[in-house]
Amino acid sequence: MYVAVKGGEKAIANAHRWLDEERRGPVKIKALSIDQIKGQMSLAVSRVMAEGSLYDPELAALAIKQSQGDLIEAIFLIRAYRTTLPRFGTSLPIDTDSMQCKRRISATFKDIPGGQILGPTFDYTHRLLNFKLLADGEVMEAVNQSPEPSSMPHILELLNNDGLIQQEKATSERPHDLTREPLTLPADRAVRLQALTRGDEGFLLGLGYSTQRGYARNHAFVGELRIGFVEVEMTIPELGFSIVIGRIEISECETVNQFQGSKTEPAQFTRGYGLVFGQQERKSIAMALVDRALRWKELGEDNLGAAAQDEEFVLYHCDNIQATGFVEHIKLPHYVDFQSELELVRKLRHDAAELEKASE
Amino acid sequence: MDRKMWLSLLAQSSSEDVKTLWDKAGITCDSEIIRAAEIGAVMVQGRQGGTGAPFHLGEMSVTRCSIKIAEGYIGHGYHQGRSKETAETIAKLDALLQTDKFELILKSVLKPLEKLVQEKQYSLAAKAAATKVDFFTLVRGED
Repeated sequence: MYVAVKGGEKAIANAHRWLDEERRGPVKIKALSIDQIKGQMSLAVSRVMAEGSLYDPELAALAIKQSQGDLIEAIFLIRAYRTTLPRFGTSLPIDTDSMQCKRRISATFKDIPGGQILGPTFDYTHRLLNFKLLADGEVMEAVNQSPEPSSMPHILELLNNDGLIQQEKATSERPHDLTREPLTLPADRAVRLQALTRGDEGFLLGLGYSTQRGYARNHAFVGELRIGFVEVEMTIPELGFSIVIGRIEISECETVNQFQGSKTEPAQFTRGYGLVFGQQERKSIAMALVDRALRWKELGEDNLGAAAQDEEFVLYHCDNIQATGFVEHIKLPHYVDFQSELELVRKLRHDAAELEKASE
Repeated sequence: MDRKMWLSLLAQSSSEDVKTLWDKAGITCDSEIIRAAEIGAVMVQGRQGGTGAPFHLGEMSVTRCSIKIAEGYIGHGYHQGRSKETAETIAKLDALLQTDKFELILKSVLKPLEKLVQEKQYSLAAKAAATKVDFFTLVRGED
């Protein structure tokens, strides 16, 4: 148990001033601007927006600057800020079919309507350090090619048309909101997806990996991965109709898994789904793997006792702000608490010694 | 261009672009604030599997403002991000677009903004087109 302590104000204030100085670094070097972070650390910005659960690139960049690049600390700052904002409403569900894609690939079909677009990817690089960047080397501009207008339908719909994949049921049911109501178990898929999309990338990556290595036996293919921009539309009560209130970058991953069929369902493919703010390919894939593993019950599969199948384990531990709060709080003063433990140990030893003496 | 279209265009235009074009158009506007500009959040929804039931993806920051102009029209401004000034300018534009200033604003603000959005989208599409890939499947040897 943590018991409050008093005092120490001066040392705390001085510690924070030192922290400010450390964050700034050597003053003879120019300070980082928010625009630099937003423009050149954009993937870190994406992560802070997704796990901070607030799409605002400028604030995410500010949080990264303030936290000296400690992304979990930055996410913490964003989570704290978002609780101060009034909620204007809820958007209509975004239409990822109409995404303007900067990247769109499929590992299941080679020739797809709209084509495969590699986009700005780390794939196929040789992971060699680029020493030109050390010397402030200027980079070449991207190549342009005149675009052919074409629609990019979701690839899994091709399987859907043949009835080979499990259908998603579109309902207008209002989903439970984790930021407003506490998490209760069993959780439905809407709640699980909300928890996963704001969950820790590293935690989901490890869990997703575990499903591939045999814990929950799910061999997944990436049916489609797309990154790009979508419009967000909301109904405005004072207007009586909906308008686009902004445009956000998102990453979407749909995995395809084999399914042997059950008593009620024929053999078919099933889906895992990942949808994340920003350009976050790895997170979206990991999220899709974990989403699929958590669906064992509704698909009538066996519980193999794997961590990724355990809803309580996954949902209660994927939030890095909850996790860091509890893990890190044990460094704060626990003097009273520890004092009682110390006394207990001393008493036990004393009693044992007395007992020994008496038996002699 | 109808009201839904202009509000949608203005909401996603950058604050700098809106300000530059507003200043350049030199429009004056007598207005009173009926709902002061405020920063808030909108919960964005996604769909399970892209097409299924909705779920909550996370919030985005949005600023809104409502004004009434001397001619009696009410304008509502919504803008992505946290610029109160932009939300107020959009509210003014929304009110003025309901008056005989429509043609003027269409020409001096909305059309240029629309062009900027199109240029940005074209630039992304052009870079994407250059990375369109055709993979060949090779037959794997048996030994």
